[in-house]
Amino acid sequence: MDATNFFIQLLNGLQYGLLLFMLTAGLTLIFGIMGVINLAHGSFYMIGAYLAWSLSALFGNLFVAIVVGALLSVVFGWALEWILFRHFYHRDHIDQVLLTFGLIYIFEELRSLLWGDNVHAVQMPKVLDWSIQLTDNLAYPVYRLFMSCICLLLAVGLYLLISKTRLGMKIRAGAFNHDMTEALGINIRLIHGIVFALGVGLASVAGMIAAPISSVYPSMGSSVLIMCFVVVVIGGIGSVRGALVASLLVGLVDTFGKVLLPQVAGMLVYMVMAIVLLYKPEGLFKQ
Amino acid sequence: MNSRRFVLTGGAALAASVSSSLLLPRWANAQGSKLRVGLMLPFTGTFAQPGIAVENGFRLALAQNGDKLGGREFELVKVDDESNPAKAIENATRLVQRDKVDVLIGSVHSGVQMGIHKVARETGVLNIIPNAGVHVATRAQCAPNVFRTSFTNAQPTLALGKVMVDRGHKKAVWITWNYAAGEEAFEGFEKGFTEAGGTIVKKFGLPFPNVEFQALLTEIASLKPDAVACFFAGGGAAKFLRDYAAAGLNKTIPLYGSGFLTEGVLDAAGDAAEGVLTTLHYSDSLDTPRNKQFRLEYAKTFKAQPDVYAVQGYDAGLLLIQGANAVKGDFSNKKSLYAAMENATIDSPRGKWTMSKSHNPVQDMYLRQVVNKDNKVIRIAQKAVADPGTGCRMG
Amino acid sequence: MSAHSQVPLERLPRAVRIALLLGGLALAMFPLVPMDGRDFYLQMLTQMMILAIFAMSLDLLQGVTGLVSLGHAAFFGLAGYSLAFLMPTDMPISLWWSLPLTALGAALAALIIGVFVVRTHGIYFIMVTMAFAQMIYFLFFDNKSLGGSDGVYVSFKPQASIAGWDGIDLNNKVTFFYFTLILLAATYLFLRRLLFSPFGRALAGIRTNEHRMRAIGYGTYGYKLTAFTLAGGLAGVAGYLWAAQTGYVNPDLMGFHMSAHAIMMVILGGMGNIAGAIVGAFAFEYTLHLFKDTTKHWQLLMGCFIVLMVVFAPKGIMGLLVRQEEASK
Repeated sequence: MDATNFFIQLLNGLQYGLLLFMLTAGLTLIFGIMGVINLAHGSFYMIGAYLAWSLSALFGNLFVAIVVGALLSVVFGWALEWILFRHFYHRDHIDQVLLTFGLIYIFEELRSLLWGDNVHAVQMPKVLDWSIQLTDNLAYPVYRLFMSCICLLLAVGLYLLISKTRLGMKIRAGAFNHDMTEALGINIRLIHGIVFALGVGLASVAGMIAAPISSVYPSMGSSVLIMCFVVVVIGGIGSVRGALVASLLVGLVDTFGKVLLPQVAGMLVYMVMAIVLLYKPEGLFKQ
Repeated sequence: MNSRRFVLTGGAALAASVSSSLLLPRWANAQGSKLRVGLMLPFTGTFAQPGIAVENGFRLALAQNGDKLGGREFELVKVDDESNPAKAIENATRLVQRDKVDVLIGSVHSGVQMGIHKVARETGVLNIIPNAGVHVATRAQCAPNVFRTSFTNAQPTLALGKVMVDRGHKKAVWITWNYAAGEEAFEGFEKGFTEAGGTIVKKFGLPFPNVEFQALLTEIASLKPDAVACFFAGGGAAKFLRDYAAAGLNKTIPLYGSGFLTEGVLDAAGDAAEGVLTTLHYSDSLDTPRNKQFRLEYAKTFKAQPDVYAVQGYDAGLLLIQGANAVKGDFSNKKSLYAAMENATIDSPRGKWTMSKSHNPVQDMYLRQVVNKDNKVIRIAQKAVADPGTGCRMG
Repeated sequence: MSAHSQVPLERLPRAVRIALLLGGLALAMFPLVPMDGRDFYLQMLTQMMILAIFAMSLDLLQGVTGLVSLGHAAFFGLAGYSLAFLMPTDMPISLWWSLPLTALGAALAALIIGVFVVRTHGIYFIMVTMAFAQMIYFLFFDNKSLGGSDGVYVSFKPQASIAGWDGIDLNNKVTFFYFTLILLAATYLFLRRLLFSPFGRALAGIRTNEHRMRAIGYGTYGYKLTAFTLAGGLAGVAGYLWAAQTGYVNPDLMGFHMSAHAIMMVILGGMGNIAGAIVGAFAFEYTLHLFKDTTKHWQLLMGCFIVLMVVFAPKGIMGLLVRQEEASK
């Protein structure tokens, strides 16, 4: 592998990692702050993609679709938390696993009923639909750079939100000691609702942004779900910083693994996870 | 006794007995009146579209025959196999043992087919495969009661190699998923391509169902082959087409593939698929009276456009009808039934085809090119392509 | 957070025990009832019994010890594959050594994975078990030498002859049914004894409050690892039977969905008392069959059923039955 190739593969790995980060940021927040396992997270990604398809067809413009879709997803997440998840914070993990597994079935069927089972395309905005020439025969799609930028902005945004704002402070307090925070008069229920809605919204927007590249098809949710879990485990539950590092790590391992070690490429990421856990059973970063 | 307890347990007992009756065989009608046709297809999940298309095609064939098989009426029994191989044996057994079907049409997914195949071999029930291309079903594990109306995974790509070499592309890279269908598609490509004088520069595989192609596309670019040949299907195929074009590779390295690369995904792939050449045993745009007539009827009946899966299901119906006619609906006359099906010529929308000795279609492979989101047939890539049927001990 | 906020039902009330006994007798007498399509029902019930053994092994891990594993099917599948690879293509192997060997193999795999996994807690444990199971899944799925995505056939049913005596013929569906029933009963009795043994009490203590157990001097890691290994071995027994009965193994046997189904069975029945696992396995499979027979949109029914179950009947069927029992006193 020569230098140019290496650089390009590095770019590929980082880009994939950043998309993963967008997906897993929400998951790790929900885990860390509310202690809720959500197996249906992949479904939100899928729903986001299908929303992008419908809305961009409706509005004729992907950007508008993403904004509207994000709003809809946040509302959906809020409603879901209010109706269902709220009652499960004190329940055992098993119950949460079961609940969210049941939700997967329901979302799958709803998706089939609302949108059908075909493969669909989401139109890329013309302004982003071109590629930068990297070598004499390889070009890099600008849209992917756009995606990576959005994910980076998001990472920065989340960091600022959590460490610099009052809301972030309340969120951290709630994660640290739920009862005490409530006793101090902070509306912890509201916080939980916000965090959950945020998590759902993030996953959904990830699906919307990725849709023009990945196309929209039924099994897209389950494919990403497992990868999300691996990232959260490696990064450390509840740690957004950990999610970022782990996402990039997984992105790079996946990319270079496919090229250098194709025999074990499928298992490679899990092996990395196993090694990380040997040394740090709680993941790379604390909350 | 506590009345609430009574109500609850009584209610539970009632519900249980009512629902139990739903699990019992629902047909108490005497032997000899209606034939039972079992459809074991995916009606949910990733393969729901092909599953529904197969069923529609099958029903159309039977409807055109007056909804009779060899003069007898029939009823359909359906099972959703969910494309889940772990439940395949259970689902197939239910159709054969509980619902006592006379013929089992199924399935789409190769893993599920393995399960069905075991049941078919053990019980001897007539099984027509309307899609699954898994090799063993018509090779080492072939059976007199198992027929296929679709293809083996190697067939489409068998015809691809020579096409590429004839167009001057002698050094190619192959890429697919690392699963059975991908391996078997490679087998056909390797044979066809190397026999025509081509060299396979590198063989890439990525874990199924991983769709992050960037890494391997970058590798392909650095290798600078004459062309790329591949096998992908469904959502993954759409993404591969788009990623390939977005990376600008389509300008310098032509892309070829098994026809499934461009089946059902051209709307999703958009302009990215323009000019891609594929080989398959059918194309929507096949310009023959037979195909046009079929497509018209299908669209009228189901308010949707047929695809290769619908054609395969349709042919399964045609095959079954021929067999049933030969034995006048008496499916217990297995010898004549199988003989009739073995010697059948199917007047299919894809063109006429016959059964090979191992019960797989001997059929023409078409060379298609994507023009304006349509698979235009350029010519016949190879006539009468037959699967070698290695290891089959019949005939 | 560990699964201890519910106190599970362990000692079964008399009425429930009688009901279970009657159920067992009904099963035992089932093959004697003449009916149309009996072969199918025999196979269906045998499969439910195999899944019940699988569920019981998970109950030991989840209900008793409080370790929620999303990767338990890995051992189930590994055992199935072991039988598939051990079985020669020209003649069947002996039941008597292949079954224990396979179960031990599954237990060994559980031990190895357990060493990595048992040191984690709570949510981590759940996700780590899932990830390991996925790793094994891909190992088999991606490698043609291990059968690949299409799986492997088991050429014969194991034969049960010893030293001249022909033994039982497992090809006979009724014989296989009774053989499985015996293993089911044996597993149940073994696990019930274990539940109330000092070892079982220690496991229950770990589930309730691991810190406290450590404080009084128990080496909880060792206990958990043993439970994990034992559960893996028992799952292996179930996996062997599955492969022997269906004659076909496929990576999906080790997959996420299989593990999730096992969890659902255990919860539906009621955790922690072993009997619930059996009830749950039968009830879950039955419900699944029912829904699939009813409508094309069975996934919606299944999803709603699961959600309703979690919301209204968290202690499962056993929990409902016991509440009934207590209400009527």
